[in-house]
Amino acid sequence: MHMADALLAPAVAGAMYVASGTAAGVSLHRLKKEDEPQKLPLMAVSAALVFAGQMINYTIPGTGSSGHMCGGMLLSALLGPEAGFLSMIVILAIQCLFFADGGLMALGANIWNMAFYGCFVGYYLIWRPIIRGKWFGDGKGALRGRIIAASILGCVLTLQLGAFSVVLETSLSGITELPFGGFVALMQPIHLAIGLVEGLITSAVLCFVFETRPELIKDVKEADASLTARTSLGTTLAVLAAVTLLVGGGLSLLASSNPDGLEWALFGNEEEGYGANMGLDEEEFGVASDVADKAGSIQEKTSFLPDYAFPGSEDPAGTSVSGIVGAAIVAGAAVVICLIGGFFRKKKTKTA
Amino acid sequence: MNKMEKALAELGTMDELSARKSSIHSLHAGAKLLVTVAYIVIVMSFHKYDLSGLIPMLLWPVLLFQISGIPVRTCFYKLRIVLPLVMAVGLFNPFFDREIILRVGSLSVSGGVISMLTLMLKGVLCLMASFLLVATTPFDRICAALRAVHFPKTLVTLLLLTYRYVGVLTRELAVMTEAYHLRAPGQKGIHISAWGSFLGQLLLRSMDRAQEIYAAMLLRGYDREFRYAAERRFAMKDVAYTLIGVSLFLLLRFVNVSGLLGSLFVR
Repeated sequence: MHMADALLAPAVAGAMYVASGTAAGVSLHRLKKEDEPQKLPLMAVSAALVFAGQMINYTIPGTGSSGHMCGGMLLSALLGPEAGFLSMIVILAIQCLFFADGGLMALGANIWNMAFYGCFVGYYLIWRPIIRGKWFGDGKGALRGRIIAASILGCVLTLQLGAFSVVLETSLSGITELPFGGFVALMQPIHLAIGLVEGLITSAVLCFVFETRPELIKDVKEADASLTARTSLGTTLAVLAAVTLLVGGGLSLLASSNPDGLEWALFGNEEEGYGANMGLDEEEFGVASDVADKAGSIQEKTSFLPDYAFPGSEDPAGTSVSGIVGAAIVAGAAVVICLIGGFFRKKKTKTA
Repeated sequence: MNKMEKALAELGTMDELSARKSSIHSLHAGAKLLVTVAYIVIVMSFHKYDLSGLIPMLLWPVLLFQISGIPVRTCFYKLRIVLPLVMAVGLFNPFFDREIILRVGSLSVSGGVISMLTLMLKGVLCLMASFLLVATTPFDRICAALRAVHFPKTLVTLLLLTYRYVGVLTRELAVMTEAYHLRAPGQKGIHISAWGSFLGQLLLRSMDRAQEIYAAMLLRGYDREFRYAAERRFAMKDVAYTLIGVSLFLLLRFVNVSGLLGSLFVR
């Protein structure tokens, strides 16, 4: 889900940097208040572990494929949302700089799509309410059930939000011609499957930690399990399966309520609009595309020599042909630079 | 070689490249950071049909590759991750945008094809720029430059520490995976019965390790601020590099050099 620089317009990239930067500022402020300097190495080691852990292949039983774990949920369950968010930022920055996974300018957007939802939404709206809640009753087994439920729900939902944001950011940037609806119908179901598997793996890791060192997991103490009565794991899993099916089914219905999203988006049905399908206010979407239009018109005005860029100029063929010739000359210049560079290097190695 | 060993090798390559010596390597990290950001922003701001205007931007990374002696092959190896996503999004352009905007003889090219090519070129250019930054600047120099522009110290320290431990923990996991596969031959990944314990074991050990790291940091006088060896001042050549870079990008952004060059030969 890492976005490349080429997919974003500078305005969108800038806006996402501001949004992610604000969240990072708030997190830093809260961490400062906590005043636990010993947390820093803990965050660094956990971040490094998640970074490496995402490369492990887990075999999914019954299928030939493999899955990976979900970093945001794991980190916020272990470190808390603020520290988890900062650790995710660092992971994404290292992935971007050293592995070209996502662009430098797109980092703000990537932080938002992958870290913000996973840590803040995942923790405050899903993890904490579920762990502190009364699902599955009291006892250790119930608590384990809640950890599994929270991990799976958290991963599925935050991944859906992230995937939707990717579509929204790309569409607002006006880079792709792929219609909004079609793109959504493409992205959401794929990430539903990924989220389910990620959630299962994350819950397995968290359950292991819970069995051995429960004090390491956030909110478990507050949940105040009497740790005596044990609900059977069978009931837990049954309830969980039902919930997952319900959520999963509902979401995929939402994503593809029209069987052919691409076609539908192409020949757009004004009456049904995006609102009915995407859960988006039609007017809101109108505003969004308005902004895109405006941004486009500003760009149109500021772009120098518009006849290179736009159809319908007086002599598009002439100018474009000169563009091609010019580009060829530029390419020639690049080759010459390379030759000169190679020449000097050879000379250097000879003298050395 | 498994995925983790590959990642380690990639990290090692970047470390090795950034430790080389060249006139680009010797520039101030802050200047390189600034120019890289300016380059990427300007590349991103090109219009989606402005392919001919974008092409001259290619000259800058080509020049840097040559001066710094960084092999281009290493950079393009990394493209395997970026290009698929960019392609996936760009590939639809030719189908939805069929308006013909360019005719060369009897060959007509639609707007979608142009915008797809522009998108791909942008992807490659942005990647080259950030690759060149990291390949010519040691990571602690970049962090020092970030700190110099008042980037929050918690985040910078976290970056430095994580960067150190990414190598350590990836190596540890690579060994674990190797050991697991030797005991479970013919199995593709980690079996479901070991999903939790495989990473969980390492997680617990790492948490304990973090405490030891903190103790060690305190023993060496850590007082919530990392001290860097005296960073070189911004010299004349750094200023020159920044000014030349940024003004060149602006020039290329507003003047279509390909078009001008071409119009010398084609009327």
